Amino acid sequence: MEISLLLEAVYQKYGYDFRQYSQAHIGRRVRNRMALSGINDISQIQSKVLEDKEFAYQLLQDLSITVTEMFRDPEFYKSLRKNVIPILKTYPFIKIWHAGCATGEEAYSMAILLQEEGLYDRTTIYATDFNQLALNRAKEGIFSNKVIKEYTLNYQLMEGKKSFSSYYTSSYDHVIMNQSLKKNIVWANHNLVTDSVFAEVNLILCRNVLIYFDHDLQNKVQKLFYNSLIGGGVLCLGSKESLHFSTLEEKYSVLDKNQRIFKKKY
Amino acid sequence: MKFEAIVIGLSSGGMSAMKMMFSILPKDFGIPIVIVQHINANSNGFWIKFLNDNSNLNIKEADEKEKIMPGNIYIAPPNYHLLIEKNKTFSLTIDERVNFARPSIDVLFETAAETYKEKLIGIVLTGANQDGTEGIKHIKEFGGLAIIQDPETAESSYMPASAMAAIKADYILPLAEIIALLIKIDQQKN
Repeated sequence: MEISLLLEAVYQKYGYDFRQYSQAHIGRRVRNRMALSGINDISQIQSKVLEDKEFAYQLLQDLSITVTEMFRDPEFYKSLRKNVIPILKTYPFIKIWHAGCATGEEAYSMAILLQEEGLYDRTTIYATDFNQLALNRAKEGIFSNKVIKEYTLNYQLMEGKKSFSSYYTSSYDHVIMNQSLKKNIVWANHNLVTDSVFAEVNLILCRNVLIYFDHDLQNKVQKLFYNSLIGGGVLCLGSKESLHFSTLEEKYSVLDKNQRIFKKKY
Repeated sequence: MKFEAIVIGLSSGGMSAMKMMFSILPKDFGIPIVIVQHINANSNGFWIKFLNDNSNLNIKEADEKEKIMPGNIYIAPPNYHLLIEKNKTFSLTIDERVNFARPSIDVLFETAAETYKEKLIGIVLTGANQDGTEGIKHIKEFGGLAIIQDPETAESSYMPASAMAAIKADYILPLAEIIALLIKIDQQKN
């Protein structure tokens, strides 16, 4: 009950809308922030959010999930190469939308896959998120050595064609992704909950974002995706996400059931 | 009796504990059971199907937004946290690991406690990690029943011992007796 008042306050004051997110999830994140900040009750955190802008943005960071990896679910990327790349090859120009890109790992993964398939030069990747701090980090394309080990393994599991280290330059404890991977990525602030269609695209990837939304919001965002795809365009969801409860299910055919890859019917 | 759900946390040694549990629980066991077993992130969930195929019970991977129904045993999918909403449906998230684990037992237990309160049974079984300790504390605070596997009888004693040190458990028993107790509770309910 009280959490919903807090979310209402965040929306009214800052325009970020978490009112249709999973309540159990939001509850955990808010309580964690309260524990870290020594706040004991919800009404107290609500007034702090309204008075203290810095604290409010801290809470926004807490509510924005930036957990991601390069080539997360290698089987998914194998399926992309097998089932989706041949479709993309039929277009003279390709537009791809990574919705909810967080710190950019999936957009870089896509850029690598497209380079290997000789498609990157005719592609524009729109990588969007509502979290500007995450977008700024994505733009830099700097990742810690610690995670690169894991990404390298994922890259090998998805049967990448080169050595993964050829895609970045090492520097001390981090790596910088090659400039050639960044050149066709457009990083943009877009909020799936409150913003609308901004382009017609051939491929949308939105993986493990919709699981945070309630049914109504899922349906609304599915509609946004449907309206953003060209006929024959491809939609990729997370491994536990589906179109089952969406009214749009029959408007897609299934390209890969297990990897949740769907094709919009003409 | 009053119980509406059972949550169980397992880590190392959990597979054989589950096999034993599923071979003893009767087909008509009513109270829904929700399980977090720590497992490799790249495991594809086939093991859940395997458990189901070798049991009389209805064992399945928990789906996002799925309604929790009596007579089912739900297991958290690999690499996702499993949460329970106030309307008794599941949510999945990819939030940071908790206690180095995703799925984390604490995450399930905490959200289950808030939903089911005194109508929840929480059980910490074998494991070599302290996941579940915060969660079982939460379950007790909300008035639920806490059962811990007697560490001396667990394949890995660390996890039940850690939970034992944190709360005054209602029962500390070997696994076979925990199962017998659950069957008794379930029959009283009917």
